[in-house]
Amino acid sequence: MALDNKIDNHDKRSIQDMIAKKKNGKNITSITEKVMPAILFLIAAVSILTTIGIVYTLLTETIEFFKRVPIMDFFTGTVLKPLSQNPEFGVLPLINGTIISSIIAMLVAGPIGIMTAVFLSEYASERVRRTLKPMLEILAGIPTIVYGFFAFTFVTPLIREFFPSVEATNILSPGLVMGVMIIPMIASLSEDAMTSVPNAMREGALALGSTKLEVTFRVVIPAALSGIIASFVLGISRAIGETMIVTIASGSSKNFTFDITQSMQTMTAYIVEVSGGEAPAGSTIYYSLYAVAMTLFVFTLIMNLLARYVSRKFREEY
Amino acid sequence: MKYVDTNQVQKNMNSRLLKNNVLKSVFFLATIFGLIVLAVLIIRVIMQGASWINMDFLTNKLSTSPDRAGIMGAILGTFWLMVVVIPVTLILGVGTAIYLELYARKGRFQSFVQTNIANLAGVPSIVYGILGMTIFVRALDFGNVVLAGGLTMSLLVLPIIIVAAQESIRAVPQHLSEASYGMGATKWQTVKNIILPAALPGILTGSILSLSRAIGETAPLVVIGIPALLIPFPGGIMDRFTVLPMQIYYWTIDSSLVEEYANLAAATIIVLLVLLFLLNATAIVIRNKFQKRY
Repeated sequence: MALDNKIDNHDKRSIQDMIAKKKNGKNITSITEKVMPAILFLIAAVSILTTIGIVYTLLTETIEFFKRVPIMDFFTGTVLKPLSQNPEFGVLPLINGTIISSIIAMLVAGPIGIMTAVFLSEYASERVRRTLKPMLEILAGIPTIVYGFFAFTFVTPLIREFFPSVEATNILSPGLVMGVMIIPMIASLSEDAMTSVPNAMREGALALGSTKLEVTFRVVIPAALSGIIASFVLGISRAIGETMIVTIASGSSKNFTFDITQSMQTMTAYIVEVSGGEAPAGSTIYYSLYAVAMTLFVFTLIMNLLARYVSRKFREEY
Repeated sequence: MKYVDTNQVQKNMNSRLLKNNVLKSVFFLATIFGLIVLAVLIIRVIMQGASWINMDFLTNKLSTSPDRAGIMGAILGTFWLMVVVIPVTLILGVGTAIYLELYARKGRFQSFVQTNIANLAGVPSIVYGILGMTIFVRALDFGNVVLAGGLTMSLLVLPIIIVAAQESIRAVPQHLSEASYGMGATKWQTVKNIILPAALPGILTGSILSLSRAIGETAPLVVIGIPALLIPFPGGIMDRFTVLPMQIYYWTIDSSLVEEYANLAAATIIVLLVLLFLLNATAIVIRNKFQKRY
């Protein structure tokens, strides 16, 4: 009774009232209770809208582009001259530049990344690992524009010191720097895959008299292979999508060549160049932007799906 | 007859151990390689740019003459960009995370959204730039102002903050929310009063990390069309603007014309890296100080 009175005095209402009110569902609490899930749903839908937005804008403008330039000319053309009197829109020089810069990057990041992963997961003591890993992560946190500056003002002059025939803008230097940028990504993903190999397997091999090296190459790496391959594929995807380093250090020559000492343009760098001004909306050059972006988007999407497929399909379960 | 020839074993073992030790040093060198490049990069930038940093450089307007050029406009631009990015990413990111973790029924739709977010995280930043240019700058006709750039950047970093928020919400122990339900709290009350406060340090860490990504990102803004011209200081989110990375970009590509521009770029890089360092240090402090263990 005392309790009842207290609530009564405090709130000027009885518990029955409160219950009735709650049942009516007219107070603020129950309204928020109904509205919040809907609001949260709408918020969550933004990420889907983003995807739809990307696909829709790329697709509609790309279709417009292919009305003006035949699709076969685009994908098989080896000449890209968007600004000339008789413009030609062959995407192969860009795809070539993208692939070559990614190959150079992976030649650096692949071996060094995997060796770093092996060292951190198999050889380093816990203390060494805990000091080195955050330091490597700094490397991943540096903005790409800074790497671009580094490639253009330091690495390229350095290369030209030894090989004067290399051009001032070339695909080699941004490729190498991009490789350094991707090392932490490959190292950390591969290391995760390696550390998840159970210790019992290592101990079994060690007990049979293997050295650590043999354990690494015959037991750990085969067992972690799916994760390592996935990290490579993600690294490639990252290299394909990288923009600022190649834009700054590789120039804008649309060469279709395999000579890495020359300037080449990647798909990303082309987008930067064209959107950077000269293209009035509605012109063919403007639409070519979307066609190239669509190609880039499909490339990276395939790589990302492939990475997920590899790591799921070929995972060794222990 | 001896089953094991000890001499033979000894001979083989030596070379195997040697190989092991040699490759161990090779692996170590590979690990150090990245750090050496990092050190060279930082030393190089500091040597080139440190002497250019002074009060004038930080507070002056842009100028074509290197001696008088300053980055106040870029600093303000970065600030206004954050004014857009922070609330938008927090609301969208945390809201999505709450929905996926606490409200969505485990099923097709939830895993669809989840896959979608993973795919968005892998889309190159320049593609977001094209989205921003098409939707925000042209279709909605904002022009190349802070708001358009900020919304584009928000979409770009959204996957990072969603994943971070999801992880920290998942880490809140079940018994806390059960206790809250047991006291008669409704679902939203539990989310607002129990789960979000407990997950806050993780969410903050994630949002600071996504913020530092947004501060350092250049490509989407290039596509949106940040002018290289000398524009007045931005005073709000509907003004045209430039940011620190854009300034680095323009000064770097123009350094073949005016050599000192490279030094200005280096000086701006120092400012940018210091800013990012401070942000990340804050994230680490928050993580260590407020992260409760249950």
